[in-house]
Amino acid sequence: MRNTAHGWFVIGLVLAFSFAAFGRIEGAPLPDDKKTEAKHADATADQQQMRGLDEQVQEVKSDVLSISAELNQLEEKLLYPSGTQVAIFVALAKGDQMRLDAVRLEIDGQLVAHYIYSAKELEALRKGGVQRIYVGNVTTGDHQLNVLVDGKLKAGTDFSRTEHFTFHKEVKPKLVELTMSGPESGKTAITIGEL
Amino acid sequence: MRATDRLIGLCLIMGLAAHPASGEDLRDLFFGEALYHADQGQYFEAIQRLDTELAQYHRLDQPELDTLHYHANEAEFSVGDFELDYRMHYRAGRAIKRVLEGSVDDAVRNEAAFRLARIHFQKDQLDDALEALGRIRGPVPEQIKDDVEFLRANIYMATNRPGGAVEVLGHLQNDKSLSGFASYNLGIALLQAGRQKEAIDQLDKAGQLAADDPAALAIRDKSNLVLGALLFESGNFERAKQTLDRVRLEGPFSNQALLRAGWAEASTQHYDRALVPWNILANREPTDVAVQEAMLTVPHAYASLKLYGRSALMYGRALELFSNQIKKVDASIDSVNDGRFLKALIREESREDQSWVIRLRTLPGAPETYYLMELMASHDFQTAMHNYLDLEDLRSKLVTWQTGLDAFDDIIRLRKQNFEPLLPVVDAQFQDLDSRMRLRLEQHKHLAERLQTMLTAPRPDYLATADERATGERIARIEKQLEHSDSAESLALRQRAARLQGVLTWRLETEYQNRLTTAYEHLNELNTQIDALTRQYQAFVRTRQAAKHSYVGYDAQIAELRERARRALERVDTLMARQGHMIETVAINQLQARRERLVAQQTQARYGVADSYDRTARLQSGAEGH
Repeated sequence: MRNTAHGWFVIGLVLAFSFAAFGRIEGAPLPDDKKTEAKHADATADQQQMRGLDEQVQEVKSDVLSISAELNQLEEKLLYPSGTQVAIFVALAKGDQMRLDAVRLEIDGQLVAHYIYSAKELEALRKGGVQRIYVGNVTTGDHQLNVLVDGKLKAGTDFSRTEHFTFHKEVKPKLVELTMSGPESGKTAITIGEL
Repeated sequence: MRATDRLIGLCLIMGLAAHPASGEDLRDLFFGEALYHADQGQYFEAIQRLDTELAQYHRLDQPELDTLHYHANEAEFSVGDFELDYRMHYRAGRAIKRVLEGSVDDAVRNEAAFRLARIHFQKDQLDDALEALGRIRGPVPEQIKDDVEFLRANIYMATNRPGGAVEVLGHLQNDKSLSGFASYNLGIALLQAGRQKEAIDQLDKAGQLAADDPAALAIRDKSNLVLGALLFESGNFERAKQTLDRVRLEGPFSNQALLRAGWAEASTQHYDRALVPWNILANREPTDVAVQEAMLTVPHAYASLKLYGRSALMYGRALELFSNQIKKVDASIDSVNDGRFLKALIREESREDQSWVIRLRTLPGAPETYYLMELMASHDFQTAMHNYLDLEDLRSKLVTWQTGLDAFDDIIRLRKQNFEPLLPVVDAQFQDLDSRMRLRLEQHKHLAERLQTMLTAPRPDYLATADERATGERIARIEKQLEHSDSAESLALRQRAARLQGVLTWRLETEYQNRLTTAYEHLNELNTQIDALTRQYQAFVRTRQAAKHSYVGYDAQIAELRERARRALERVDTLMARQGHMIETVAINQLQARRERLVAQQTQARYGVADSYDRTARLQSGAEGH
């Protein structure tokens, strides 16, 4: 019996498959991969159709992105006009290893946000991402902001901290940034930044 | 351009785009928000946020005052990366071109040129990719130096210039992060250049590099598999076997290596030794091509060793397996025909991790995705599948937005109902208050001007109290009554009146400065009140405007958005149907090809069973005769 799978074809397929598995960089294709070469030199009707569809999908994505941008502006104008808008952002201190489990926010004694973090979200925060946890409306003037953070330290012990802040709302939109740090970092647990 | 080349590009891009903002302190919250979404694979949200931010930033008169200014170039790069990750290759170069055309230092421009080259490479625009790399002049950021050269080598290989690739890759052999890949690619470039012997030596080196991370281990395995195949094809079976033995048993290339190692032994008539890798293979996942192949090679080896009974048994086992697998493939074809493949694709839980495509097979009614692995490995099919999922996401977004627009209509209607009857009354009250306020403000202004004039032209009478003013008037009246009388009594009275007027004048003149200061103090106090009143006035005007703006002027915008969303939804539905049909057709074609192969193997197994029984019978009758 002769192994029908001998030759470059099988290797080509195996290697082609392996490309999908890696992350950063990849190996080159094999030369003289005749079947693959022939297949791609003269792309099949299916492939051409797939590529044509891909172009159309890219166009519709562009359209929907533009609708989304306009819709966001409309939503902001309608629901959070600049005169009353307040947005609160959450970030993790650079390099902090605390596992942030949940954040609770109260503005002037009213609970406005209670967010529980997934592993993916926590990872995104650790990589430097910033979460817009709350957008709402407040009147101009001073407001009380109470922040409660629950988490776990590297050693596995629970960590909970509450801080009280006052922020001042002016006529322009108010941006408040809360940066969380675990006690192991030696930094203040929750710091506030206002824009 | 070949699919594999595209995959190289894809992988390059995916990897380098992973941490666009790492290592720097974030100064712009909205850029941070875009990164937060991108890190979770929510590229739509990331692009939309960052695009809006960048558009606003470019519209500013003084962009250097904006917090995005600290990350402007990085943001342009990131939006390009996100667009690539979201498979929007046609848009992806725009933002990076802006950086290239802007006034930036060499390092930034060079990074932009590299990123643009990567995008061109991804889009199959190889000449443009080389041209972009050609724009790199002066210092290149250290962290991308080798990546630039690696990309250059890949472009050379894709444009059939292996000589150039060999030269470039030769300089990358010391880069630890690229070592396995640069080493393997150098071997392939040498092979492409027709330098077979050097290629074999190079792949041998690549196959023995120390590695510990999964990617490096996999590329090492790949080097050994390719080298083993090369040696096998050139008839060097012993060395081929030694090389294939270096492929890890648990790696992604293990099945192919075991199959080929068995063939290397079988080619030198060492069937007993061939059975070792083939038997391992025969007990693995039965849907794998190599495993199915081994189901036939094992009894073939037994037959070659004249162990016909064992061979017949193994052929029988293969026959059973092929029959079961054909049933499985038939069920998979039915499942795809019934639309269950597409339904399984869009289920949320099936997309939770990277192995989601494989895990689809565990969903009830889903086809056997192992049979679609080769297909799924192809760039076009992956793009089609991801496009289908993206379209489903867009569809769900558009449907939600349509509901959102209905809710906006409701909000506007309710606000109108609430404000329209109130506003005329409020406006009337406000107009009355407004006129009174304007009058007082005018008076205030007049007083301030008068006090200002009194600094240079003193007027003590202006600062007389009401009592003093009444007293002065009274004295003036008395003096007027007495002015025509010359009696002694009148004279005395006139003198008294003049003394009183003198006292009054004395008081006004001597107390003038103090009174002026006090008047200023009072005016300042009044200013505080006026300021508070003005703030209140402005707040009212703003609130009044906000009330009006909360329901006026949205109708046209909402109607237009609704129409655009409707049209987009229509297009998405059409594209989804076409994309879905395409995926199903290609999947069924693939499954049918695998079915044909299984049927052929089934026939071979059937023939093998009969042949083995025949040989056993002949052997037995020969032995009896003997």
